[in-house]
Amino acid sequence: MTALSIRHLSKTYASGVQALRDISLDVEKGEFFALLGPNGAGKSTTIGIVSSLVNATQGEVTVFGHSLERERGLAKKLIGVVPQEFNFNQFEKVGDIVVTQAGFYGIPRARALQQAEKYLRKLGLWEKRNSQARQLSGGMKRRLMIARALVHEPELLILDEPTAGVDIELRRSMWDFLTELNGQGKTIILTTHYLEEAESLCRRIAIIDHGTIVENTDMKSLLEKLQVETFILDLAQPVSAAPVLNGFEVRLRDPRTLEVAVPKSEALNSVFQQLAAHDISVMSMRNKANRLEELFLRLVERNLPGEASA
Amino acid sequence: MSLQEQWVAFLTILTKEIRRFLRIWPQTLLPPAITMALYFVIFGNLIGSRVGEVGGFDYMQYIVPGLIMMSVIQNSYGNVVSSFFGTKFQHSIEEMLVSPMSSLVILSGFVAGGVARGLAVGAIVTCLALFFTDLRPEHLWLTLLVVLLTSVLFSLAGFINAIFANSFDDISIIPTFVLTPLTYLGGVFYSLDQLSEFWRGVSLLNPVVYMVNTFRYGILGVSDVNVWISLGAIVTITAGMFCFCLWLLQRGVGIRH
Repeated sequence: MTALSIRHLSKTYASGVQALRDISLDVEKGEFFALLGPNGAGKSTTIGIVSSLVNATQGEVTVFGHSLERERGLAKKLIGVVPQEFNFNQFEKVGDIVVTQAGFYGIPRARALQQAEKYLRKLGLWEKRNSQARQLSGGMKRRLMIARALVHEPELLILDEPTAGVDIELRRSMWDFLTELNGQGKTIILTTHYLEEAESLCRRIAIIDHGTIVENTDMKSLLEKLQVETFILDLAQPVSAAPVLNGFEVRLRDPRTLEVAVPKSEALNSVFQQLAAHDISVMSMRNKANRLEELFLRLVERNLPGEASA
Repeated sequence: MSLQEQWVAFLTILTKEIRRFLRIWPQTLLPPAITMALYFVIFGNLIGSRVGEVGGFDYMQYIVPGLIMMSVIQNSYGNVVSSFFGTKFQHSIEEMLVSPMSSLVILSGFVAGGVARGLAVGAIVTCLALFFTDLRPEHLWLTLLVVLLTSVLFSLAGFINAIFANSFDDISIIPTFVLTPLTYLGGVFYSLDQLSEFWRGVSLLNPVVYMVNTFRYGILGVSDVNVWISLGAIVTITAGMFCFCLWLLQRGVGIRH
């Protein structure tokens, strides 16, 4: 079953900025889906339209078969949204924010209290339930927004940059929590700037740039499109110039570090053999960027206005 | 959403609104009580004793209904304009917009919150007035109906102000430069009969005159205007404003991109 279906969606703001240009997208039930793109690409506008915060100029959105236009109430009940910016009353108590949100979905207070306790405990905020939201740390505020989005048990959870500004330890625990939710059958869509996050969590991915979808596929197929991978090699002895290696592009970053672009068609062994012939020993090796990041940059660069018109 | 769920959602907004103005009672309930007590002392007792009778009542008795109505108007308006604009300003309006609540429920919830504060302040001012004069409503049901309708009307007015407001200045301009003059010149402190023909005609263009006088009729049994025409006008304007607010909300004016 399709959890989210977007058809020919366009958005032009009053300022004249065309944020989305006829995008179509399907997210299947149970998927963990990433929507990636540079700043201003149209990710937040897409999420804004799906969560009814932005009016579409054209197009249709359906959530589990319910049209957001014609069956708005039914569609909205199935969605939980975690926005990018904090959007709760900073002076309200943590517990009240979550219970009130449940009330907005028509959940009676007794059940709302149980639901709030369940998610505040899961997200480590139960002890803070009587604190004002403004007293929470940034990471806690993000978790509060997740608890609030889940309190009505939505089938589709949409997270806009959920781990922005969150420390590594907390980010990992949020990844575990989201993976657990997805394991329970919830469909999750996230936008993120951390491509490592998308690569490790999501099975499907769409890349949006200048308001159009430039890629929409599963993670494995996407990564297979990566034609060149760049490695950083730390050398045992300093060198004065980058060695010439047949079939590889080599750049000297500093006397002890080489950057080598390895085409998919070439074996990595060949790099080491040629370096050995130049009497160069390699102490360690790492990827310059994660694979998805490298691919993302290539895809987005391809769509830069200057390049497109060239 | 089922009717029961809509009802729960409505009560949620109403409870949130009541909790908000009770939590900040030194800003919401205390100032009107102090201001009105000063009016009673200065205008009613000190100056009123020299004014003599107006419309067959001592000055104190005459101004009490107007002062109660003035506090209801200002507080109903003030509650909705500050609460809804605050919700917009902090983006917590998004909590409501993503939920399946209808525009009708959102509007009704905020208006009910405004009415709750307006009536709470009205009740406090009425209790204070009892220390200065005797109040025995001549037409109890009319009194209650007109105070309720006026409170709804000004809650809706506050809502419209908040919808179009983009800054905190925008929510203080209308109360300061429109609402206060209309209220002070709305026959709270004087009878229209005391004005010249010209100014009486001008005063009749002021909608607050009709609300104050209908309320005064409910309590004292005297009015400068026809109360039934006033009541009809208040109901019509309230219904019109309610529909306008609903339309604004459904179109997302001021709250959706």
